[in-house]
Order: sequence, then structure tokens, then C-alpha cells
Amino acid sequence: MTKISTTRRSVLRGAAALAGTAAFPAPFVHAQERVTLRYLSTAVNQSPAIAEKASEELGIDIEYIAVNTDEVPRRVITQPNSFDLVDSEYFSLPNLVPSGNMKGMDASRIDRIDQLATVISEGKVAGEAVGSDGTAPHEVLYLEGQESTSFASSPTEWITLIPTTYNADTLGIRPDLIDKEISSWASLLDPDFAGKASILNIPSIGIMDAAMALEARGDLTYGDKGNMTREEIDTTIAALIEAKRAGQFRAFWSNFQESVNLMASGEVVIQSMWSPAVTAVRTQGIPCVYQPLQEGYRAWASGFGLPRTIEGRKEDAAYEFINWFLSGWAGAHLSKQGYYPAVLDTAKEYMEPYEWAYWYEGAEAEQDIMAPDGRLLEEAGATRDGGSYEERMGAVACWNAVMDENQYMVRKWNEFIAA
Amino acid sequence: MTDATDTAAEVRPARTSARRSGTGRAGAALAPYLQAAPMALVFLIFFVLPLAATIVVSFWQYTQYSIEPALTAQNYGDVFYGCLANLPSLCTTFLTYLSTLKFCLIVWATTLTIGFTIAYFLAFHVRTLKVQVICFLLCTIPFWTSIVIRMISWIPLLGRNGLVNQTLISMGVIDTPLEGLLYSDFAVILALTHLYTLFMVVPIFNSLMRVDRSLIEAARDAGASGAQILRHVIVPLARPGILIGSIFVVTVVMGDFLTIGIMGGQQIASVGKVIQTQMQFLQFPLAAANAVILLAAVLAGVWALLKLVDIRKEL
Repeated sequence: MTKISTTRRSVLRGAAALAGTAAFPAPFVHAQERVTLRYLSTAVNQSPAIAEKASEELGIDIEYIAVNTDEVPRRVITQPNSFDLVDSEYFSLPNLVPSGNMKGMDASRIDRIDQLATVISEGKVAGEAVGSDGTAPHEVLYLEGQESTSFASSPTEWITLIPTTYNADTLGIRPDLIDKEISSWASLLDPDFAGKASILNIPSIGIMDAAMALEARGDLTYGDKGNMTREEIDTTIAALIEAKRAGQFRAFWSNFQESVNLMASGEVVIQSMWSPAVTAVRTQGIPCVYQPLQEGYRAWASGFGLPRTIEGRKEDAAYEFINWFLSGWAGAHLSKQGYYPAVLDTAKEYMEPYEWAYWYEGAEAEQDIMAPDGRLLEEAGATRDGGSYEERMGAVACWNAVMDENQYMVRKWNEFIAA
Repeated sequence: MTDATDTAAEVRPARTSARRSGTGRAGAALAPYLQAAPMALVFLIFFVLPLAATIVVSFWQYTQYSIEPALTAQNYGDVFYGCLANLPSLCTTFLTYLSTLKFCLIVWATTLTIGFTIAYFLAFHVRTLKVQVICFLLCTIPFWTSIVIRMISWIPLLGRNGLVNQTLISMGVIDTPLEGLLYSDFAVILALTHLYTLFMVVPIFNSLMRVDRSLIEAARDAGASGAQILRHVIVPLARPGILIGSIFVVTVVMGDFLTIGIMGGQQIASVGKVIQTQMQFLQFPLAAANAVILLAAVLAGVWALLKLVDIRKEL
């Protein structure tokens, strides 16, 4: 069974190679019935404006399937036929790739493959290596072969995910309700904020925030915060239970909107936050700061992947959409919400110079900064929290991860919730 | 209850007509089976099969990205991990069930008290049937919106800067906001009571409506006080309704994780939440084992309740 399909595949691959660089019959695709791509991801990644623009410029209809962060890998593993394009976090890959439900993407069909941000492709910002604790994207970016179920240690022709957005998370605070300088992750467990702190109830990410706080407080030094040993998990959970019993946490959050609501309502004044969530609180007119910390950021990255079953026109359309996505308009659209896109140069072309200076260079805003939907984000004169792209992404300490001891970690996390 | 009598009434004429027309014994014997078949099929497809699958999967093995058929009790062992070794301190599973049981008992007591009072008022103090029906419909109005919306609507009320705290502060009753209103046991109990009281009202109201009014008169004539009538006449006669309401409330609260999650700020454990977390991490066999144990616990609870009242006899 496997043997036959392998031969068929190699024939196909040969055929594709023969076709070589001959122009793809794109006009022909247009003449046919419109293609609809089912796009699986979390709701945050699904901008209606991007789908609209793609439909207009490419004639490809995007049908969003919105699910929770945890649901994305579950859908890929259990229902690989239910989508045509997945926008998944890189940290899910150690589970997705061995399942055999993903298909390596042909690097030669991605126009701007050489222009991908180096923080994703090499783990470097401006030539300097950033922290690689956890599942760093460059470690899981390449496959040995298109249908391989293991990662390649050096660059190959087969890509797991083409980045869509990435960013660095840190603590979000309500400066109007806090009268202290916040400069360390340790503040998350500061008794002064008892009953006003929150962490994520997504175990694999929540435990890393806790680890950042514990290491900052000097409790212990981790070998790899993104891949803890059982002893490290035990110590971390024990400290969390102690904090919970002392009433440190007001509530835990598990999705974007919950984190925004907790912060906006003043129930919580300090919590680990996504940069766009901070933006969302601020657009409600409530002061909220995305606070850079001395220990650095916990970064994440998300990217497009293809399901094993995709073929024919859908596959062509998926590549066409991804190439369009990297061509600038979408990158600029996402940048203006506080995300970083895969290809910086093209995004820059679609942004006003003052916007680029504000979002990427850490400069003061020359004019009012507007969100893509036209709402006022910042008045002229403001600077972006955390500064420039290089300051932010260059200070990444660790990446969202799935640990080898994942099952043990989940069990201990349930213990923490029950304590 | 009415269903049972209806079908019985239908079956009888069907039989006699079959006998009269002489279509033969086979047809007559088959008829009741055919009548029961649609419901049985629905049960088989949507209840028995998924349940069987859950039980089977609970004995399988899993990795982070796959599940494989096997026959292992490992998952059950994992559910009760540390339960014996760590005594006298309780393991996660026992703590979680204990917390769920606590909510069950408290919510059962609150919904019963409120539900019985409402049903009693509707049945004995509202005199005309028309007003009874109107009042009864009023009780169901909250059910026109989704359960999540009804729950979330408590948050702006109970929050640190919510309406309740603001009112109390402006009245000078308290100086600092009450923290325990939201994301606490209190919030969970309040929301569960709000959501499920109607489950008590309906069956108890039904029972009370069937109480023979002359019994109450007789008791009064015999010199019983109001409290005595309630205790010795009305409550015993309302037992089937109380029992059915209790079964609804207890089973729903045992399996609840949404209300406990949202109102408890995700800080309070529930069996449902444990199962959800395990499913998020693709630990399906472990989640299935937990589900089987939860099912057993709920069945045991229902069984105990049924021991208290012989429901067949009472109906």
C-alpha cells in the first residue's frame, strides 16, 4: 500500500520537476469555477478583511473555520479532511508532523522563501541568536521529505509551516491601577497583586509563564523552560499551588477575548498577554501597557500548513493564496494590529512611512496611529511598548512549546486547578 | 408520566382491533415492537453506540498524536494516580469529585427550597388555571436565551467594579469592593441555582397539581396546623416530583464544567473540565476513562435517589 503510493508520488514529483519553471496555468484556474479554501485557525488569525481582499484579487474564496488554540492541532490530527489550509502554531508541530497528516510545502513554489524573517528561519534577529528554549520555529521548519514524519536538522526543500504571524508576549499591566515599577516576570507572583493577577489556562503556555516568573524570582534555574524535566514540573506546579492557595490569582483565561475582558474590567491588573490583546484593551479607551521585562519575552509563531490530502486545484490555490499573503497587503494589515508578518520588506511597501516607523522602528508616531478598521489606536507622539522590532524579537527568551513530558505536565496542571 | 398512560391507552384499542379484523397473531405480536422501534433505534444510535465506543476507547493506549487499540487498565490507573499512595492527603480525582459533590449538595438544597416554594405558590395560592399558566410561562422566560448568556450576564453585576459592589459602596455599606462575589464558590452556586431551579419547579408543580384537595381539607378538619399539613400531607405526595427534579439537578451539576469554569474563573476544578483539558491534549483514552468513572458516579447517585422513593409505585 505505502509502496505503491510512494512510487506514484515519485512519478508525480518527476512530472512536477519536468513542468519545472514553466508558468503555472493561473489564468486557466481563473477561468474555471472559483476555488474555496477552508482555512482552519483560531479566530484571532482570521481577519475578514484579508478574506475579502484575497477574494477580490485572486478569485479565491476563503472560508474561515474558527476554533480554539487547542482545537487546531486536534482537528489536524482527528479530521485532516475538514480543511484545506491550516494556520497552526509552530509549537504544535512536534505532535502534528509525526501524525502524518501534514504535507511538506514545496519551497520552490513559495516566491519569497528567501525573504522569510530570519527570526523564524534561523532563530536570529539582525544576526544575533535569540533564546531557543521551547519549540523554536527554526528547529521545526524543515522536513526530510515531503511526506516525512520527522524534522530535518538543516534547511531542505520541504517546509512545515510558512509563517503568518508571530510575536513576543510579555506581561500586560493596568498602569492606572498599579503604582509600582514593573520590570520582571517575578511581579506575576508578587503578593502586592494578590487577587489581581492572572495566567493562561492553556497548560503548556501557562506553565512557561510561571517558569519565567519563578526563574526571575530566583526559585530555580531551568535547563529548558520549554522542555522541563519531571522535577522541574513538580517544583513549578508546587509554587503555583502555593500562590493559588494564597489567593494570588483572580481568574485564569483561555482565549483572547477573556484576557481582554479581565483586563478591561479591572478584575485583573497584571497578567501575561498577547500584544494585540493589549491593543484591544486600549482601543476601548482603557490604559493598558505591554510591559517589556528584563528577562525577555515568551515568543510564539504561527504559520500556514497543508493537509496531507490536498491536491490539484485546491493545492494550487493554496500556494497562490500563500504567495499573495506574503506579498505585502496582508502583512501590512496584520502589522497594524501589532503582529509581525513573515516577510517584512513587502509589508513595508504597503505601510505609510510614519506607520512603519511607529510599528517597526520604535520611533514616535508622527501622526495618529489608526487600527486597520479606522479606529484610533494611538495619538501622535506615542511610541510602541517594547520599542522596535529588533528590540522586541531580539529579546525573546523562550518559545511556546509542547514538552516531552507533556502528559505528566497535564496531569500536574489538573492537580493545580483542583488544589 | 402522561406519556406512559397515553401509549397504554393507544396500545389497547390497537390490539382489540387487530383481534377483531383477524390479521393473525404474528402481526399483533409484532405491533408493539414496531411501535417501540423508532425510539429504540434513536437510543441505539445516539446513546448506546457512543457509550460503547467511549468504554472501549477507555482501554486503549495513546501517544501525543495517536490512539491505538489495546486492552490496558493504565488509563484508570492514571485517573486514580496517587489516590492510595498519598493518603491521607487527597489525590486530584478525589479532590475534584469532592468539590463537585459539594456543589451538587448545595445546589440541590437551594434549587429544592426555591423550586418547591415557587411550585407551592403556583399550585395552591394561584387560583385560576389561566393565571397559573401565565405564571408558569413567566418562569420559563429565562430559558429563551442561551445558558451561556444567562451565566455571563452575572459577571458585570458581581465584578469588582460591578453593579452590586458599586451600589453597596455608594450606600456606604462597605468601603472596599467584595472580592468574593465573582470567581468564587458563591458565584458558581448562584449561577447554578439560577440556571437549574426550573428543573425543580416543573416536576414538583406537576406533583402538587395532582394532590387531591380534599386530603388537605380532611387534614385541616382533623385539626392539623399549616406546618403539619405541609409536612405530613403535601411533601409526601410531592415526593415523585421532588425526586425527578433532584435527579435532573444532580446529574446536570455533576457533569457541569461551563458554569463552574466561567463563574469560578477557571480556578475551581470540575470533572468535566478535567475531561476537556485531556481532550485538548489528545489524551482521548484517558478522557474516556474519566467519563466512564463520572458516568458510574452519576448512576450511583441516581440509584441512591431511586432507593429513597419507589418511583414506579408513586407514578
